Amino acid sequence: MRWTLLVCLFCFAAGVWAGDVGQIKAATGAVFLERQGQRLPATLGMPVLESDTLVTGADGSAGVTFSDNSVLSVGPGSVLAIERYAFDSTTHNGHFDASLKKGTLAVVSGKMVKQSPDAMRVRTPSSIMGVRGTEFVVKVIEPGN
Amino acid sequence: MLVLVLGALVILGAIYAEPVPPEKTVVVPPKAVVQRPLDETVVVLPSPDGHTGTVVVQRGSERHVLNQPFAASRLTGGQSAMAQLSDAEVRQSFSVALQALPARPTTFLLYFVTGTDELTDESKGELKKILAALKQRAVPDIMVAGHTDTVGDPEANDLLSVQRAERVKGFLIQIGIPSTQVQTAGRGQRELLVPTADNIDEPRNRRVEINVR
Repeated sequence: MRWTLLVCLFCFAAGVWAGDVGQIKAATGAVFLERQGQRLPATLGMPVLESDTLVTGADGSAGVTFSDNSVLSVGPGSVLAIERYAFDSTTHNGHFDASLKKGTLAVVSGKMVKQSPDAMRVRTPSSIMGVRGTEFVVKVIEPGN
Repeated sequence: MLVLVLGALVILGAIYAEPVPPEKTVVVPPKAVVQRPLDETVVVLPSPDGHTGTVVVQRGSERHVLNQPFAASRLTGGQSAMAQLSDAEVRQSFSVALQALPARPTTFLLYFVTGTDELTDESKGELKKILAALKQRAVPDIMVAGHTDTVGDPEANDLLSVQRAERVKGFLIQIGIPSTQVQTAGRGQRELLVPTADNIDEPRNRRVEINVR
């Protein structure tokens, strides 16, 4: 009961998060969010939505905090697609699918992974990762000459 | 005669003026196509509390279960294998991304003198540390929830819990956190940290929770 109330209180209070799945908490150098064919410069405090792609330039890095308290960051020359994201702050059920096309990624999983271990998946061009409540890093160097 | 000479000159001029056709026999040496293959690394890190979770990497038919600190799954030169990396190696290789990792969302607790919105002496000391930690965050989202114990009537406790939350919000604004980023709520005696009967003086229930992300 206590938890339910606490959670309800939190959803109510966290109105700023309605519709957003996350928020840009760090941005250095060239950082963009690709959204519906548009490339928007990412700034501190900017909301991140499902289906956004986070892109950094050669000098760029960025950090995002999500509504389930998972946090992630990307280093220079990265392309990270937030393919699917949903989180129910009452039940803590949800799903989080992200895909790192290239670059570097650091992840700390959040509440949805605590609730259901298969909730978060990260893909790379060669692999798919299941996340069981943890911190990890990923690097993808694209094929090239 | 003159006409013939002039005519010859015009013809010669025309011949010389004609652009030299580009040399088409230049042989481009065949470039050795050295295609660097896809290269990937996945590494599991220990949490600050020392615990290491698990990442299961499925690459084609291969499955790598990473559950030790700095255990890695790699694809290099077309070869997929597990590896054990060192802390230093990983910190260096991922330094920029790790530096950009936002501070983890967290919760702080502050306790109050019975029946008031005055912090206990211990919590006054704690407040300084909390404020310092909050200042480290570039764009914090903060939820401050006030609570009471079960002494007194519930309506009075609702009011007191709001006063406690507002008092703490005041401290946050004093250090420069924009008020728009701080939300408050009073929960009265509804969410006891330590469940008690009515009219029990329980110091751990007289608190404010600061949830930040």
